[in-house]
Amino acid sequence: MDKQKILIVDDSEMNRSILADMLGDEYEILEAENGNEGVAMLQKHSGEISLVLLDIVMPELDGFGVLDMMNKNRWIEDVPVIMISAESGSAHVERAFDRGVTDFISRPFDALIVHRRVVNTILLYAKQKKLVSLVADQIYEKEHRSSLMIDILSHIVEFRNGESGMHVRHVHTLTETMLTALIQKTDKYRLNQTDISIISTASALHDIGKIAIPEEILNKPGRFTDEEFAIMKTHSMEGAKMLEALPFYQNEPLVKAAYQICRWHHERWDGRGYPDGLKGDEIPISAQMVALADVYDALTSERVYKPAFSHEKAIEMILNGECGTFNPLVMDCLRDCADEILEELSGDNTLRQNQREMQNVARELHKYEELTASERTLELLEHERMKYSFFAAMTEEIQFEFNVQPPMATLSAWGAEKLGVPEIIMDPAQNEKVLELLGEDNWQGLADALHATNPSHPVITYDCMIRYKDGPRWARIMARATWSSDEPPRYTGAIGKAIDIHDSRMKLDSLERMATHDAMTGLLNHATAKKRVQERLRDRPDGKYALIIFDLDHFKQANDTYGHMFGDRVLIHVADKLRQSIRDGDIAARAGGDEFLIFLECKMEIEPAVQRIYSALTGKFENFPISVSMGVATIDKVGADYDVLFQAADKALYTVKRSGRGYFRFYDDSMVRTLSAISPIDGGDGTENKTQSNKGECLK
Amino acid sequence: MTLKECYAAMGGDYDEAMGRLRSEKLVQKFVLKFLSDQSYDLLCASMEAKNYEDAFRAAHTIKGVCQNLSFTTLGKSSSALSEALRGGYTPEADGLAEQVGREYQQTVAAIRAFQEAAGE
Repeated sequence: MDKQKILIVDDSEMNRSILADMLGDEYEILEAENGNEGVAMLQKHSGEISLVLLDIVMPELDGFGVLDMMNKNRWIEDVPVIMISAESGSAHVERAFDRGVTDFISRPFDALIVHRRVVNTILLYAKQKKLVSLVADQIYEKEHRSSLMIDILSHIVEFRNGESGMHVRHVHTLTETMLTALIQKTDKYRLNQTDISIISTASALHDIGKIAIPEEILNKPGRFTDEEFAIMKTHSMEGAKMLEALPFYQNEPLVKAAYQICRWHHERWDGRGYPDGLKGDEIPISAQMVALADVYDALTSERVYKPAFSHEKAIEMILNGECGTFNPLVMDCLRDCADEILEELSGDNTLRQNQREMQNVARELHKYEELTASERTLELLEHERMKYSFFAAMTEEIQFEFNVQPPMATLSAWGAEKLGVPEIIMDPAQNEKVLELLGEDNWQGLADALHATNPSHPVITYDCMIRYKDGPRWARIMARATWSSDEPPRYTGAIGKAIDIHDSRMKLDSLERMATHDAMTGLLNHATAKKRVQERLRDRPDGKYALIIFDLDHFKQANDTYGHMFGDRVLIHVADKLRQSIRDGDIAARAGGDEFLIFLECKMEIEPAVQRIYSALTGKFENFPISVSMGVATIDKVGADYDVLFQAADKALYTVKRSGRGYFRFYDDSMVRTLSAISPIDGGDGTENKTQSNKGECLK
Repeated sequence: MTLKECYAAMGGDYDEAMGRLRSEKLVQKFVLKFLSDQSYDLLCASMEAKNYEDAFRAAHTIKGVCQNLSFTTLGKSSSALSEALRGGYTPEADGLAEQVGREYQQTVAAIRAFQEAAGE
């Protein structure tokens, strides 16, 4: 067997190692150097730690803080704590015991005493755990046996009655189902889960008084005479008397409930029942419920004097008051769980009964605070943990787990190494190093995305840059938010992993860039510019836009005189100037050859903006004078259509070129019949290569 | 120098330490380990920086270690210092800190002498 684990939480390394030396032969020692680390260790190894040795005065979180966390998370119920401190004031000792420590040892300590107390405490807790599970088994056994006895007894009564033997079972189920519905509706009757269980069990005894009724009457096939009916009616009082005559157990809640049920399960809400003619809530709620259950089951069963009615018919008859008056609240319960009742009674009854018993036991067990997970559960947990960390180490992924309370992040060993942070990080939202990894915006984005999930769709994907020790890379974070099973569910944290998508992302980016940009100047290509302009016009059609086309005057000369290499450098230079002279939101493109396109929005006057760009572009490049001709079209003149804008700017440019070059001009109506300036161009997609005639049509 | 003489030189109680820790080997191991304990440096730095919360913790840790090892003299002065700093700075703290300093040096000197004699 593995050694049991002891956690030593002390800020002094010396003190820890003295204790570790004393205990290390027999136990596996875990060490934490402050309270926060201690809490993290408890979280990580929950269920494995057999004992905590805890110092009081420590940085970050002191010993009392650790005890508070242990109380909050209810670890204190399973893990014994021995406090060791140089603080000897009785106030400290008392405070420690108040918070649930098992023992308090003051410094200086005696090695033998520490050793003995540790061993004793661990043995004591182990014994207690064993006892707890023994007791739980016995509670289950006892419950099981006593309900078995009650079942047998009530069946004897029923068989004498010539009934099927299912009546008792049905009444039990009906009573329990309706009572459960009742407590959801009202707390008027002050019933809890235990009361419901007692009443349902006691319901089995409702007809025990029939044992005192002569068999001839009990099993008479035809109608009763008045006299016979009077005798029959005595069964409720007879049953009550039998219970009252019990020499023992008079104060048992089960006996009390059975007495009420026996005596009053034929009373009616309006006072017209028997034997006492009680009215309304004078009749105990237990008897009211069993009365209704009894009537329902009698209606839906076959008897010597009647056939079985359907479930629907029975409910209808009861709600119509054909079987006497019932408490309206109780009838509501019947109506509410009508479907449930049908389902409960029609299925395999024994199976359901067992399931219900199991649920009860589970509920019962839940009440015993000190109950712990069984040894086997812990083994399974440990196995899962081992599996997880083995696979985590193999995958080379950053895997993480985040907890809201206490705020704590846990990383796979590989992930922590890769990111250059510890495997366990307390309060990661306050940790600067952690914040730097993604940047605050991305943390917020990630947190928002996780919070926005819900228990049925808890998984998210989030792409962002991670700043590794050796530089930033793109990552895809896939995470699953964890939600509690409370109502409403609470967000409790997340698990997930980050995978590296840097290379594929970069490839995609560069492909996208190649497809949309002009390779030489780095400006957009014509097709992309056109698409973006159209998007802009569609999204915000009322902007004050202008489209500009310009080309370089005498560019052919530069090519001819200095060579194509020089010509290319001129184009790159102009593109740079162009980039510098426009604003972020503007669109600039190389339309092809030495022609360029600009699309801009002006909040103010448009002409000064154009003038500014024009001046910025002209000048000299290595003694080659740069002069441009420019045509401008505005949408308030020609409308918000790309093709029309382009053609208008083109005509304005042509007008400039025809009358001497070297200036800019706005399109106006006088240019309607003008020719196009743009010739078929190299590298362009040809959309602008249109004939004069169709241009004219577009401008009509 | 024997371990017992080392204790005498620093004003500690060798017999008590042996009584509690039960083995000369263990006592010797931790006495030597005392040399590498950082608490005294932390105490000096925190006093210097007037960070009395950390100074309190450091004094408190020294006290705890001294109690475990029965370094009686240093244990007493560090205990007095930690009490003087428990609720923040008090004027006695400066004097007590000096005393702790002197007695710490004395203790360390005794341990070093023992270390050399033992050829460690």
